[in-house]
Amino acid sequence: MKRSAFSGLIVALALLAAGFAFAFLVGRFPVLLGDVFAVLWSKVSGAPSGVSSATETVILQVRGPRVLAAFFVGAALSVAGAAFQGLFRNPLVSPDILGASSGAALGAVLGIYFSLGVVAIQGFAFLGGLVAVTMVYGIGSSLRIRDPILVLVLAGVVIGALLGSGVGLIKYLADPYNQLPAITFWLLGSLAATSAADLVSLISLIAAGTFVLLLLRHRMNVMSLPEEEARALGIATGPMRIAIVAAATLVTSASVAAAGIIGWVGLVVPHIARSLTGPDFAKLLPVSALLGGSFLLFIDTIARTAAQIEIPLGVLTAFIGTPFFIWLLASMQKNWS
Amino acid sequence: MTIAARNLSIGYRDRLVGSGLWVLLREGESLALLGPNGGGKTTLLKTMLGLLPPRGGEVTLNGKPLDAFSVRERARLIGYVPQVHTGTFAFTVETVVLMGRTAYGSLFARPGKNDVAIAHATLERLGISHLADRAYTEISGGERQLVLLARALAQEPRYVVLDEPTASLDFGNQGKVMREIERLAGAGLGVLFTTHDPNHALRAAHRACLLRAGTIVAEGKTSHVLTRDNLEALYDAAVVPVEDPARIAFLPG
Repeated sequence: MKRSAFSGLIVALALLAAGFAFAFLVGRFPVLLGDVFAVLWSKVSGAPSGVSSATETVILQVRGPRVLAAFFVGAALSVAGAAFQGLFRNPLVSPDILGASSGAALGAVLGIYFSLGVVAIQGFAFLGGLVAVTMVYGIGSSLRIRDPILVLVLAGVVIGALLGSGVGLIKYLADPYNQLPAITFWLLGSLAATSAADLVSLISLIAAGTFVLLLLRHRMNVMSLPEEEARALGIATGPMRIAIVAAATLVTSASVAAAGIIGWVGLVVPHIARSLTGPDFAKLLPVSALLGGSFLLFIDTIARTAAQIEIPLGVLTAFIGTPFFIWLLASMQKNWS
Repeated sequence: MTIAARNLSIGYRDRLVGSGLWVLLREGESLALLGPNGGGKTTLLKTMLGLLPPRGGEVTLNGKPLDAFSVRERARLIGYVPQVHTGTFAFTVETVVLMGRTAYGSLFARPGKNDVAIAHATLERLGISHLADRAYTEISGGERQLVLLARALAQEPRYVVLDEPTASLDFGNQGKVMREIERLAGAGLGVLFTTHDPNHALRAAHRACLLRAGTIVAEGKTSHVLTRDNLEALYDAAVVPVEDPARIAFLPG
C-alpha cells in the first residue's frame, strides 16, 4: 500500500489547528477566536489589540503558556516513542515502557525532595532516564531468550517497578504538608503549574533533542534493521544507538520534569502517525510531533475543563492508551505497518 | 584484489566454532561455501564481513587488515545479503534499496538524485522495478531476497556476500538468484555465498569450499571439489550422482 506523506502532513496540520483553537477557546472564561488572533497580532505588531485586558491576560498569561507546554510535551513524547520503536525494532515499546519516564520521574522527584532549582531537576530527570533505559536495554540484550521483544518489555516493567518503589520511598520521606502533595499531583501528569520560566528550559531541551533526531532521520531508518545489517550498510551502530537514545531520553525527561508522567502518548501517537505516513522517519518524525502535540492539546483542555477539579493527564491518557495497547497485542500476529 | 581469511579462528564469546581457516575470494570469482548445519558457515561469513571479531588469525581486505577500514569504507567495498527476513516495519522497497546508499552520504544526508537513480537502476537490473512502491513486508519471500540483493548492489561494492540466498525460494526464484550470482561474477565482482545445494555451487561457483565442524575439508575448483566421495564425507550421508555428457548433478541418497 502506498501512502501519501503529503496527506499525512495535511491531516496532522489540520488537527493541530483544531487543537490550538480548542485549547485557547474552551474554558470557564469565554474567549473568541478573533480575540486570540488580535492579541497575538498585537504582540507581533506592537499595536493595541482592542481586546479587554482580562481576555488578554487569559490568552497570554493563563492559557498561552499551558498551550505551548501541552504542544511541546505531546510532540516530545511522540517523537521519542517513534525513535524508541524504530531503534528497538519493536512497535510495543515507548518511553514509559522502556523505563525512560519512570527513571526521569525518580530523578525529578529526587530534585524536588532536595529542593533543587529547575535546571538541576531537569538534569536529574535526564540522568535518571538515561540510567533506566540503559538498564532495561542491558537486561534485554544480555538475556539470550528466544523472544527478545518480550524480554525487553518485561525488563521495562521490572525496572519501572523498581524505580517506582524508589519514587514511593521518597514520597514516604517527603514533607507531607509541602512536598508530598506537589510530588503526587505532578507525578500523575499536569500542566497546571507550568510557568513562563519552565517553558524556556522545556522548549529549548525538546527542540534540541528533536532537532538531533530529525537530522538523523535517514540513519534511523537503517538503525531499525537488524544490527548486523545496519553495520554492513556502513553505520557504526554503537555510537549511533547512543546518540539516538540520548536524544530521545532528553526530550522524554524534559517533558517528565515539566509535566510529570503522561503515559501512553509515546506508544499510541507513533502508531497513528505510521498508519498515515509509513515507517520512513523522514515523514514519520514530523507527523508524529504534530499529531502528538495536537493530541495533548485536546487531552489537556479536557483535563482542565471536564470536571470541577483538574483531572490528571496521566489518568486521561491511560483511559485511551490501555484499550489501545490491548488492541495492539491482539493484532500482533499481523504485520506491523 | 581479495578478501582473505588467514589462519582464522571463528566463534562467539563463549564458544569456538572453527579454527585454522584459510579462505581466499578474488574479484571476478564466485566462491560457494558448503557444509552441514552447525558447521560454521554463517559464523565464517560474518567474521569475514567484520560483523563478528576473529577469535584468532586475521581477515584482510585488498591486502590490509579489515580493522584498518572504517565501517563506512567496508560498506563501499562489500555488500551483504542476509538470510531473508520479514522485517519489522513496512518500508517501501524503494526505501529499503536506498538504504544501500547509506555509506555514501554524510551523517545527516538524505539520499540525493544520484542515489535514487542508482537504486532504480539496480531494481531494473534485477527485473523488480514494479515493486518499488510496494511495502517490503507485503511481498513474497523470493521478491524480498531480490530486494535485499538490490540493496547490496546499490552499495556499488567490489564483493557481495550472500547467506543462503536460495534457502527460502521456490524453484523458479532459485534459478533466478543463481543466474544473478553468475552475472555478478561475470561483471567482475567477487561473490561469496553459502548454500545447502551442491547443484547450485556446481552451476554458479568457480570455486567451492567445504566446511565441516569448523574445519575446511576440501577447497578448490568446483568440479574438483564437488565429488561423490567428498560430499558423502561432508554430509555423512549417501549421495547419488546423476551424469550426462555435459554436466553432473547430485541427489541425496
